[in-house]
Amino acid sequence: MKLKFLPVAAALAAAVISTAAFAQAKEQFFPVLVYRTGAYAPNGVPWANGYVDYLKLVNAQGGINGVKITYEECETGYATDKGVECYERLKGKGGGATVFQPLSTGITFALTEKAPGDKIPLITAGYGRSESQDGLVFKWNFPLLGTYWVAADVLVQHVGKREGGLDKLKGKKIALVYHDSPYGKEPIPLLQERAKMHGFELITIPVAHPGIEQKAAWLQIRQSRPDYVFLWGWGVMNSTALKEAIATGYPREKMYGVWWAGAEPDVKDVGDGAKGYNALALQHGAGIAKVHQDILKLVHDKGQGTGPRDEVGQVLYTRGVISAMLAVEGVRRAQERFGRGKIMNGDQVRWGFENLALDQKKLDALGFAGVMRPVSTSCADHMGAAYARIQTWDGTKWNFSSDWYEADSQIIKPMVKSAAEKYAAEKKLTRRTPEDCQS
Amino acid sequence: MLYRENGQFKTTYARDQQVFPILQDRIGIALLLLVAFVAVPLLAPEYLFRAILIPFLILALAALGLNILVGYCGQISLGTGAFMAVGAYAAYNFQVRIEGLPLVLALLGGGLCATIVGVLFGIPSLRIKGLYLAVATLAAQFFVDWAFLRVSWFTNDSASGSVSVSGLQVFGMPIETPEQKYLFCLAIVVIFAVLAKNLVRGAIGREWMAIRDMDVAASVIGIQPMYAKLSAFAVSSFIVGVAGALWGFVHLGSWEPAAFSIDRSFQLLFMVIIGGLGSIMGSFFGAAFIVVLPIVLDNAPYWFGIPIDTALAAHLTFMVFGTLIVFFLIVEPHGLARLWSIGKEKLRIWPFPH
Repeated sequence: MKLKFLPVAAALAAAVISTAAFAQAKEQFFPVLVYRTGAYAPNGVPWANGYVDYLKLVNAQGGINGVKITYEECETGYATDKGVECYERLKGKGGGATVFQPLSTGITFALTEKAPGDKIPLITAGYGRSESQDGLVFKWNFPLLGTYWVAADVLVQHVGKREGGLDKLKGKKIALVYHDSPYGKEPIPLLQERAKMHGFELITIPVAHPGIEQKAAWLQIRQSRPDYVFLWGWGVMNSTALKEAIATGYPREKMYGVWWAGAEPDVKDVGDGAKGYNALALQHGAGIAKVHQDILKLVHDKGQGTGPRDEVGQVLYTRGVISAMLAVEGVRRAQERFGRGKIMNGDQVRWGFENLALDQKKLDALGFAGVMRPVSTSCADHMGAAYARIQTWDGTKWNFSSDWYEADSQIIKPMVKSAAEKYAAEKKLTRRTPEDCQS
Repeated sequence: MLYRENGQFKTTYARDQQVFPILQDRIGIALLLLVAFVAVPLLAPEYLFRAILIPFLILALAALGLNILVGYCGQISLGTGAFMAVGAYAAYNFQVRIEGLPLVLALLGGGLCATIVGVLFGIPSLRIKGLYLAVATLAAQFFVDWAFLRVSWFTNDSASGSVSVSGLQVFGMPIETPEQKYLFCLAIVVIFAVLAKNLVRGAIGREWMAIRDMDVAASVIGIQPMYAKLSAFAVSSFIVGVAGALWGFVHLGSWEPAAFSIDRSFQLLFMVIIGGLGSIMGSFFGAAFIVVLPIVLDNAPYWFGIPIDTALAAHLTFMVFGTLIVFFLIVEPHGLARLWSIGKEKLRIWPFPH
């Protein structure tokens, strides 16, 4: 941690820990929207555990420049109305919520309408609405590290490379098996754009929530025999899709999941049958990095671990850790400008997220070496990075099977701009001015 | 003692036919409205508005609409979520496609579209009854879900299928703050409750009830089943559609078809059954029970400062809530509204029951 190099701050942190009364005065509140129950719980639980464990780790290391983190969980069950209720419940607590991370595209859409009024930033790391990358329209949304358009773009690049060039995709068929919700529909515009460019045929096959019933979808795949299947599933839908693929005899090697369809719970139940199945890895992979060791040492060894110990280092757990780290680092960045060791309000935290500059050195110090690449955001670009890798399941664990890809901003940028402008026109918003960016 | 009608003589037909014939009831309702319109906006915190009162009011309105169909006319419907969705999406389309259309007109337009769809799916009720009709109305649910997911025109070609509204205003007043939203919903709910109450105690309401109690006998005494049933579907879907539009516009602000899924239909049906079939009051009781109780149960551990695992809290909520449903249905199968009226009866002869 950066604190280690700053004796003054460390001393301050020690003081904060020793005097409880002082610590109570300096607390930054992090609401945690989770789903530990319901159809998506197998995937929601590791994410939530990772998120909370990292917050505990930051506290164990002395907080954010001495400011302690407090947090409270609220169960959304992946339901939009419950998520809105949780948001209302937590937004005013503990001196005001720092940042919300809904972990659901549906809830993100609902909160996008509410956050500007309450001045609370939303981080949707790797999900949410793709056009919210445009920070000049979406002032409070931060789809850090990537959006579904990035994901879809990288997948197309990868299969193009596999075929020996994007032009070889001509005449091929790619099927998108997607969760029939805003989440699953997000990649369609980009895939359509790419299909037009390279001349492949896009077949979109929706699967209704929660995705247990997929017979019809895979019958369609059996009939149309696509060259590749992109799987945009979540929760139980992923393992069901793999089982159906086995039943249909569709080769798993030709299936590519989005980064939400590439975690342990998705493939574990299928076992050997899932061997060869590929999925995107958004700036992280399974495995133990230094941050995981820190969590094991400072949180789990003290008996404060949120979940089971062997979960530390799994894909979704690491996603939770990364999400929490981004939130905490945004606050830390804001403190650099607005006052070290102070409690940051929503506007200040937003500035912090807009000016995130996590270079490799900082990431290494935080223990994220080998986990992710540098991120740097700006007022106009709320995404910060557009890199991803492909990982492949070998029957027991995920292994990287490709190098880094960067999504093609030539394609995504105009799409983001036009979608954001459409949104702005609908909402009668004006684009932010350079002065507003300084605030 | 206090709640006694001795000495209140009804000397005219008008007085005999008023909604609340007992003076104490009128005072009670007036006080309730006063509290709801004046005291609550002044005192309640934002969370209470946004998370409890507004959803409660809107779902109470939807339950009221469903109660007309199920409770008064005896036609079981599982398509309520669908009619809400039609109301919400139609109102959205009116607002997006017609520049400068006032919000109230958009909402009512949504209600009218829901009426049309409701009547359309009500036609099978002329031939099929009871549980079979429930299955037929289920078709409405699936069809509407499908339409709003697949036909991109309805969502104004939104890539994700999610639509959103903002900048609401009524007669030049913005509907932005929770107080404004609450008062807007409250006003609409009060108006619709008064209209519904008067409908069900009028000629058309008696026709519905006659059909509910025995449709053959009703048609023998000259009630047209087609007219009665379809009018019940129309009125019910209109109210449900307006409630759906409010749910999307005022409560969620941004929604996808999942907001009006089959779960919503079941939830509303349970509200009507637990609240009391064939009772306007019951719709409010049912909505309160189903909307407010889980939130209270969910929050209870925090209020008492008991640190509890989130998943455990969620499971406990389900268990306690389920137990309470069973308890109330055993104690009073006719719903909370019946408990309420039993309470009133008891109060009238208190403290000297004979």
